[in-house]
Amino acid sequence: MSDNIEKHQLDKHHHHDSPQATRAEALESLLIDKGILVATAVDAVISRYAERVGPMNGARIVARAWSDPDFKQWLLADATAAITQFELDGGQVEKLVVVENTPAVHNVVVCTLCSCYPWAVLGLPPAWYKDPAYRSRIVREPRVLLAEMGLVLADDVQINVWDSSAEIRYMVLPQQPPDTLGESESELAEHVSRDVMIGVAR
Amino acid sequence: MDGIHDLGGKHGFGSVDKSGDALVFHGRWEAAVFTMVNAAARAGAWHNTDQFRHAVERIDPAAYLTQGYYGRWLGGLETLLVEAGLLTTDELQVRLAQLGGSPRDRVAARPALEPAPLGGPPQESGSQRSVGAATFSVGDQVKTLGYGKSTHTRLPAYARGKCGTVSQIHGGWIYPDTNAQGQGECPQVLYTVTFSGAELWPEGDAKMSVSLDLFEPYLVAVR
Repeated sequence: MSDNIEKHQLDKHHHHDSPQATRAEALESLLIDKGILVATAVDAVISRYAERVGPMNGARIVARAWSDPDFKQWLLADATAAITQFELDGGQVEKLVVVENTPAVHNVVVCTLCSCYPWAVLGLPPAWYKDPAYRSRIVREPRVLLAEMGLVLADDVQINVWDSSAEIRYMVLPQQPPDTLGESESELAEHVSRDVMIGVAR
Repeated sequence: MDGIHDLGGKHGFGSVDKSGDALVFHGRWEAAVFTMVNAAARAGAWHNTDQFRHAVERIDPAAYLTQGYYGRWLGGLETLLVEAGLLTTDELQVRLAQLGGSPRDRVAARPALEPAPLGGPPQESGSQRSVGAATFSVGDQVKTLGYGKSTHTRLPAYARGKCGTVSQIHGGWIYPDTNAQGQGECPQVLYTVTFSGAELWPEGDAKMSVSLDLFEPYLVAVR
């Protein structure tokens, strides 16, 4: 998403539409008065997370794993070291574990206690990832919830749920679509959505 | 703590609403809260992620469920700023009134009258720390503690008193339970423990597992 679209959307949903938006505005002006917040910092954050930190980074990592078997082995054995090949800038991955989907196994990631998420490779999490419905249900009835979200898995597919309860962060390595064999890394990355790397799509 | 944040396995929340999920921030105020949380850390309002997470857990439970992720962060942020003496609730109410806000709206923040002490200087170098040998090995059967606590912890209620298998050992990490309270880093061995669906849930899917990252004090050996 371009910065312009993001800013346009932000303007459209301008702040006076919720009590917490007004309270945030009041707090922001107080923190600027107190010298705790720099007035331009908010716009810098919006630009950073709209342009540089996002699921495009995870997609590049998946694309390399699909193209390079040695890199894939490394990624599955020690993702934290393997992703140092990429210039990442998002925080929140002191240790990354990448879990691999196979025809018989599907992986899906959650944080039931808060909203832990691998920012450096996937950006900031979508709202639904942080909401009670996803956090309460995915650890209890993952097959039912995934089907509701559009991913129907056969009863004999094992579902492994990763509840990020400490500082380890998880990302799913999806299976490569068979019709993409032979594509370049940059072409392959186009096929990799945020949702498949969380595990709510395949 | 046995708070509203501990959502795993709870019923009644309905379907997942994926609308608008391509947006990073829904409104400028969400980005402002994100930015202020980091600025507040630099100003000394909180010293580590565990303190911040616990502040979010301590907000008004109804607000937790209704005000969204950045509403929760706003509640935690305001709580920490007031507890650190960097802001008073009265100051914020005056500024809110100037901006047309209503004093009758539900406020998420719940600053403690006698807050836990802040935990020393800001955490500098990640969360991994050296620690003694791990008690458990990969493949060991372990059982989790059967009770909760009133302060911060990372053992979810749905996984209390359950038997699982150690699947990975991650070395020493800062212990959130003490770190959130300003009681020091007290590093502990961190394990990934894998539980079957049948162990966790009465109706558990036979072909599912849940893996959690759990600190050694949460675990006891299964004979």
